[in-house]
Amino acid sequence: MLDFPLWKRITLWVITLGFAFAALPSIAGLAGLDLPDSLEGPEINLGLDLAGGSHILLEADPSQVAEQRLESAEESVRDLLANAEPRIAIGDLSTLDNQLSFMLENPSDIDRAREELRDLINGTGLVAEWRLDVVDGNRMVLTQTEQGLDEAVEGAMESATEVVRRRIDALGTREPTIIRQGDSRIVVQVPGLEDPDALKALLGETAELEFKLVDANALPSDVAQGIANPGSEIVPYAEDSDFAGQFEAVRRLGGIRGDRLTGAQQGVNPQTNETVVNIQFDPQGGARFAQLSTENVGRRFAIILDDHVISAPNFNEPILGGAAQISGGFTTETANNLAIQLRSGALPVDLTVIEERTVGPDLGRDSIVKGGIAMAVGSLLVIALMIASYGRFGVYATGALVLNVLMILGIMALINSTLTLPGIAGFVLTIGAAVDANVLINERIREERKRGRRVVAAVENGYKEASRAIYDANITNFIAGALLLGFGSGPVRGFAVVLIIGLITTVFTAVFITRMWVAGWLRAKRPTEITV
Amino acid sequence: MRLLKLVPEDTNIKFLKWRMPFYVVSILLIIASWGLVLTQGLNFGVDFAGGQEVRVTFEDRETAPIPELRERLGTLGFGEPAIQRFGDANSVSIRIQLPEGAEEEPGAANAIGEQVVSQIQSEFENVRRDANETVSGKVAGEFRERSVWALLGAMLAISLYIWVRFEWQFGVGALFALFHDVSLTLGMFALFQMEFSLQIIAAILAIIGYSLNDTIVVYDRIRENLKKYRKMPLPELLDLSVNETLARTVMTSLTLLIALLPLLLFGPASLFGLVAAITVGIFIGTYSSVYMAAPILIWLGVTSDSFVPQETVADLQDRKARGET
Repeated sequence: MLDFPLWKRITLWVITLGFAFAALPSIAGLAGLDLPDSLEGPEINLGLDLAGGSHILLEADPSQVAEQRLESAEESVRDLLANAEPRIAIGDLSTLDNQLSFMLENPSDIDRAREELRDLINGTGLVAEWRLDVVDGNRMVLTQTEQGLDEAVEGAMESATEVVRRRIDALGTREPTIIRQGDSRIVVQVPGLEDPDALKALLGETAELEFKLVDANALPSDVAQGIANPGSEIVPYAEDSDFAGQFEAVRRLGGIRGDRLTGAQQGVNPQTNETVVNIQFDPQGGARFAQLSTENVGRRFAIILDDHVISAPNFNEPILGGAAQISGGFTTETANNLAIQLRSGALPVDLTVIEERTVGPDLGRDSIVKGGIAMAVGSLLVIALMIASYGRFGVYATGALVLNVLMILGIMALINSTLTLPGIAGFVLTIGAAVDANVLINERIREERKRGRRVVAAVENGYKEASRAIYDANITNFIAGALLLGFGSGPVRGFAVVLIIGLITTVFTAVFITRMWVAGWLRAKRPTEITV
Repeated sequence: MRLLKLVPEDTNIKFLKWRMPFYVVSILLIIASWGLVLTQGLNFGVDFAGGQEVRVTFEDRETAPIPELRERLGTLGFGEPAIQRFGDANSVSIRIQLPEGAEEEPGAANAIGEQVVSQIQSEFENVRRDANETVSGKVAGEFRERSVWALLGAMLAISLYIWVRFEWQFGVGALFALFHDVSLTLGMFALFQMEFSLQIIAAILAIIGYSLNDTIVVYDRIRENLKKYRKMPLPELLDLSVNETLARTVMTSLTLLIALLPLLLFGPASLFGLVAAITVGIFIGTYSSVYMAAPILIWLGVTSDSFVPQETVADLQDRKARGET
């Protein structure tokens, strides 16, 4: 018991002080002090519930990806077979569930059709994207393969994450966290944001921009009833546009998609004083826009965003510079949002907000102050009780407690974990529970003395007998903490992190460190009587 | 220096004399708790029910206009909103549940949230939005499922550990004590209709951990005494063990309480539910370690032999070979 070789003492001190030292930058940060550069180091992150900010969970619907793939496959099949030499005539093309099927007018074309569609079916990746079956000799059926669909969803989610990142970066918020979660979810955490609705509005829209010619032959009465001429479709006006509630008939084909943009900014039209969004096309898109406007001077075209018409102006003259202006009832804010969305590209899938938690910075600061005061008062009361009950041994326990708290903070800083509001409760609980180890030891030493053991033997036995229960208790608590970490979510996991780290540091400080101190004291003074 | 001793030395309280009445009462309480949970239901917060919770502070008022708010928000057609004071007198939390049938619609909760907030901000001046929580039905369902697994998993894993470290009777005893703690805590939440959120799951797991702490200390002493006093009748031995560890039990419960009380009294309002649950749980857990976990060992037939290594056939042959009987 008294035998504490030098290497053991050095090891214990190095570990304890090493971790405790790592807590310095975080403590200085919380207290608002500046440390000299030589002492800088990783700091504990404050959770959004303490620092203020928004946590948003977005979810995509994978079936949407499947539908889109089916649509683009339909287009490709038409294109590929129509452009084959000689042309392969097909009919009765339809899509159902996960399948696309069509009839070859001439069954002898089957091998040529198979050849034409080979690249589409095999895809560009490692797995086959479609399965091709021939039914009744002349009907070809394309079915999406599981792997092909998974890969497409994966790709869509990856680029959706990238789009979300670009949109948030454009807001200029500091240190956003954007991570994929599971197969179809994205977690967005933005510290310090005060208006979550603006962020949600920015993330929720797909922002797919299209320019389509207005069908000049459509009768207004037909359009109002939702009836379109062949080759046209009916598109409603957007809610915030000047013509909300009305419809426009547009030509389905021959338009331009807004994915060929190099820039988009919110601006003001000097003539009308209207808020607008200025866009610039890339060279290819610019050329197509020039062609479209030259061929259709005097005709109306619709600017369509996410399947809603924003406005439908005239081509007054050919637009050759590769730049255009979109107007349609924007406020500065909506125009700015649209510009950001257009700059960052369209989302490949719709994202829905399925969970949102926002804490204002005032409430967060308030929580830190109140939590900190409560923790300090609690600690002082515990320390007073310990010293009053166990005297010198209580002082040792107090020292261990202080080192314990510092070590937890240090370890949290080193593993880059996050302190949340429930985490503060975890600290308080750990302070209470850490004392338990010393209570067990000290009560046991009392008992051993009462049974007439000599001082050294009593202390030795006290530590030995109490350790068993301390280990068992901490391991079971560890099990509970690990399950909370595994199944919990958000701030509650912060509680589990503090609890788990606290269990380990508690055993270390309350058992090993106090034992070293007690041993040092016994060896130096050789007391024949102790007050415990 | 005279040291503080909260528990007099050498107590000899006959705890187990009253084990039958206590057991009857406890089992009745467990049944009552589950009855309450099943009939009254738990007052699920947004975490588990889905919906919208907004916390606002009316900055230029002394107290929040709760009745007025209730009336105005009632007209939105999302049913009766749950509005209560939150922390300071001019702060409130407003909770609106998802409408029937909106569980499958991921964006529904979010849409409701936006309407509520714009309604408040248009009708009252100087409203500061402190916090906002929106949970869709789908996510709430996942939280419910995961919480049940976390609680069941913790109870089972811990009992298994106790079984391995002690004997099966102790594992069963610990499991029963934990079941008692979880049941009574849930019952309390059902009775007072306190908001039941993810934080409360954390609290219950902390209670499980703490209650077990106590149980293990008592069990450890029982095991030690079973080896030491082979002839002592079990009820007497259990009483001795509980008495021997009584000073520690009281001291630890007290330190935990004085650590938690400041947090309960003037800590952040968002932590009140969590801290309140743990505080009550400390009492439940301490009680269950003495009156649930210990006496059950009598009925499960723990004897001194439980911890004495059994003589194997090989030992027997050795003994015979040495000519002993």
